[in-house]
Amino acid sequence: MIEQNLILILVLLPFIAAVVAATLPVNAHSAAAWMSGLSLVGGLAIMIALYEPISGGMTLRATQPWIPSLMLNLNFRVDGFAWLFVTLVLSIGILVVLYARYYLDKSDPVPRFYSFLMAFTGAMVGMLLSGNILMLAVFWELTSIISFLLIGYWYQNPAARDGARTALTITAGGGICLLASMLIIGQIAGSYNLDVVLASGAKIRDHWLYMPALILFLLGAFTKSAQFPFHFWLPGAMAAPTPVSSFLHSATMVKAGVFLLVRFFPVFGGTEAWFYLVTGTGMMTLLVGSTIALFRHDLKGLLAYSTISNLGLITALCGIGSTGAILAAIFHIVNHAVFKASLFMAAGIVDHEAGTRDMRKLSGLWKLMPFTGSLAIIASAAMAGVPLLNGFISKEMFFAEAADWHNGSWLDNALPWLATLAGALTVAYSLRFILSVFFGPKAEGLPKKPHEPIHWMRRPVELLVLICLLIGLFPGQTVEPVLNVAARSVLGSALPEAHIVIWHGFNTALQMSLIAMALGGALYYLFADKIAAGPEGPPLLHRIRAQRLYEMLMLKISWKYPRLLHKLLGTDKLQPQLRMIFMLGLATGVLVLGVALWNVPASRTTPLNPAFAVMWALGAACALGAAWQAKYHRFASLILLGGAGLITCVTFAWFSAPDLAVTQLLVEVVTTVLLLLGLRWLPKRNEEIIEDQTLAARARRTRDLIVAILSGAGLAAMAYFIMTRPLTPNIGDWFLRNAYYEGGGTNVVNVILVDFRAFDTFGEITVLCIVGLTVFALLRRFRPSSDSAGKPEQQRQKDDIALRDYLFVPSVIMRWMYPVLILMACYLFFRGHDLPGGGFSAAVTFSIALLLQYMASNVRWIEMRITILPIRWMGFGLLIAGASGMGAFLFGYPFLTAHARYVDIPFIGDVPMATAMIFDAGVVGAVVGSVVLMLIAIAHQSLRSARLREQEEAATEEKEAQ
Amino acid sequence: MEIILSLAIGILAGSGMWLMMRPRTFQVITGLCLMSYAVNIFIFAMGRLTVGQPPIMPKGGFVNPQIYADPVPQALVLTAIVISFATTALFLVVMIASRGVTGTDHVDGSERK
Repeated sequence: MIEQNLILILVLLPFIAAVVAATLPVNAHSAAAWMSGLSLVGGLAIMIALYEPISGGMTLRATQPWIPSLMLNLNFRVDGFAWLFVTLVLSIGILVVLYARYYLDKSDPVPRFYSFLMAFTGAMVGMLLSGNILMLAVFWELTSIISFLLIGYWYQNPAARDGARTALTITAGGGICLLASMLIIGQIAGSYNLDVVLASGAKIRDHWLYMPALILFLLGAFTKSAQFPFHFWLPGAMAAPTPVSSFLHSATMVKAGVFLLVRFFPVFGGTEAWFYLVTGTGMMTLLVGSTIALFRHDLKGLLAYSTISNLGLITALCGIGSTGAILAAIFHIVNHAVFKASLFMAAGIVDHEAGTRDMRKLSGLWKLMPFTGSLAIIASAAMAGVPLLNGFISKEMFFAEAADWHNGSWLDNALPWLATLAGALTVAYSLRFILSVFFGPKAEGLPKKPHEPIHWMRRPVELLVLICLLIGLFPGQTVEPVLNVAARSVLGSALPEAHIVIWHGFNTALQMSLIAMALGGALYYLFADKIAAGPEGPPLLHRIRAQRLYEMLMLKISWKYPRLLHKLLGTDKLQPQLRMIFMLGLATGVLVLGVALWNVPASRTTPLNPAFAVMWALGAACALGAAWQAKYHRFASLILLGGAGLITCVTFAWFSAPDLAVTQLLVEVVTTVLLLLGLRWLPKRNEEIIEDQTLAARARRTRDLIVAILSGAGLAAMAYFIMTRPLTPNIGDWFLRNAYYEGGGTNVVNVILVDFRAFDTFGEITVLCIVGLTVFALLRRFRPSSDSAGKPEQQRQKDDIALRDYLFVPSVIMRWMYPVLILMACYLFFRGHDLPGGGFSAAVTFSIALLLQYMASNVRWIEMRITILPIRWMGFGLLIAGASGMGAFLFGYPFLTAHARYVDIPFIGDVPMATAMIFDAGVVGAVVGSVVLMLIAIAHQSLRSARLREQEEAATEEKEAQ
Repeated sequence: MEIILSLAIGILAGSGMWLMMRPRTFQVITGLCLMSYAVNIFIFAMGRLTVGQPPIMPKGGFVNPQIYADPVPQALVLTAIVISFATTALFLVVMIASRGVTGTDHVDGSERK
């Protein structure tokens, strides 16, 4: 149990640290570093505590329920291999944090850096410990995304932005392939649990989907591990700060790919396809990487390609897949992480102190920085595979596997030769790194004068180099037990104990090593000057850059083709879009419903009432008239629209929906006023436009008319068929039966709105408030078009006396109506729970009362007498509605549970007093607020432009006076 | 009655759609209003037509849901009426603001070339 919790803490710790780091002040260098470092140390302590059960061959598991109803749990598992990897990640992480503390400049925003670094560690640890392959894919993508943020840390630098984007595109693309592969093998194995999947290797290999799953899996692993031909993102990612490079490209990011190859070897491995694809790609990457590394002039570039080649080596070992090879792969993962992290840090120190990373400029630094120099020399000797260092042993094991393991294929026969050649190249570029930077004449013209760094910046490198030496000198005492545990957890507990020793006798592997060293030395000796004088890359090959090809491809698929498609299929214009939507709707309606509805016999009709037919003849005329007149006679069209609305309202009343009728009637009034206010800001259009009479315009109108008629007819037919079919019993029956007992009201529609489905209503009034605020915000910056900015025509012709008595009689009546309408609103509100009415209609009635006052008098007069604060109405309305809902918490009920009872009030009688009424009061507040806000905001525009006009007139008068 | 109401829905929707495909913003806004009438009646009609039986219950006692109008479409349409007012207001404001910015009342912000 304690282990379970420890594992969960281990996964969570870096993420918590990331959140905390993000909240630190920008210049809190030490605090952020301490906090991050200590959280990693905590993780490492957990790993040490877990070592005992793990070393006994146990696999520890921790499960955290997530969505139990879907059987989704967060599964974590730690076995020897995962243990080794997590320990490696955390240890290097600690050193990187220490190094970064002194590497980052004072002006760099550190919270962002440490926050990303910790989040990345968390994602990596989560990936390594995932016990569910889908979760693994999720953490995998998370590492891609956070590495994007880390690589682009100096986002002001274009190279960093490009590098980050390329890395994300490649690795996240691979991540999608991995996810697809995980889905396939999960389906084959019948479970997404890693334990089950690992145990169903044979089943998966025999399945006909093995090849697609394998290829997708390898795409995921190869893109992450920068295998040829996806290797080019890694050098681009070198634009990141050096601590990031040394973390991502030694122990974490790129190692995730080879981790996956080793982890899933029991699932996919051992087949011929596996050998050719994995070993082939690995060897190719090894050769290409080490060749290019030799020709790079940039220190970090050399290390980047060297990383690629080392990853190729590990991949090749995974492809061979013998027990020795897997052991060697795991061993080399550790070794490479150790020496490469230290080399990156050393390169960072050189860059930091000398101001350049160009090996053609750097020279003779050993005299100026002897300690750093010595450390870098030992680390690169480990990289080259010099005896008594850790790199030597794992490289020996690689040579041994290349030479001793056979399956008789051409690739197998070529392996020893290719391996030796790659070894020689490795020796050559390691020599170049050491000799050109630290030896030779003293460098001239460096941007800074190099000197030893602060000793704390060197500590991590010292420690790593010490580990290189310890592993190299005493492999049996240091890494052997851990490696055996790790290998057993991958390949099965029956594995015999492997012994790792320095001296195997003068065997083939040693001969290969010696040849490689001699050849590498000779290569460098012969070509050093030519390489330094040559271009950045191998001869001829430097012209073919994978990066270029990638960029060309990206340009095509992210810019050229989308534009082409858009030109062919897309449009910016509203009209074709709407037409397309209507036509699609029509087609769908015909296809889906046309067939289905004929099959149910008609059973229900209501006897025809001639008055209804006459009424809708009028309604249809109104609708058609509104459509006909909307272009040249807007006012007429608006009146006709109102007519159609009124008939809609009568229809609701006719068919037993009094609530709808009331609301529709009131909203109709408000909408008409609103549109009337809007008419003032539209351009004059009373002359016939010539272009409208052209043939093309007529054709367009005819086409739209046909679409509209067909769609209207379709909708009519659909409505008819549904209305004449019997009503299947539905949830409405439940509402009808229980409205009184459960909701305490007899008006079922109102009870649904404020009680049964109150949460929907709550959402709806929120939307209304948002719209109100949007309208308000849009109008604050509103500038009317110049031709509508002046006085309206009607005001221009009349003199002041005529304007004063404008609408005199109606305005008196409107003022009188104010209290009457408020009383009416109250009446509608209080009867709402039992009889037609309710919060919405009460609110709109109240808004109309206010609007009438605005229409009756001028705005200034009215606002001197009544203060309306619509935004407060909205705010308090929402608060009341929310609070009445949360009141239910006090009694232990869920949100918006209502309580209902009747209260006997003297002289009035039984009044329904449900808590839902408080909610309804909130609805009133929100609706009044937003309706009034919208209308007043539009009405105020006239006032504002009048004020602007007055100011302008005053200004011109002043000018004239002068 | 059903045939009249479905024709009404068809005519409202057809006029609305024709207007929505027109180039002037006021036409589109009128079209949206007509369309919202059509859609509201359509949704309402999904509860079938019932004359003279509004969903107002007696206080207690047995309730036979068959004889009352279906309250669910009514509740849906009630909120839809208020929301369609809000969208109309929003569109109106966008329309006059866009006219202020572009100087034209064409839906695409520029006259057809």
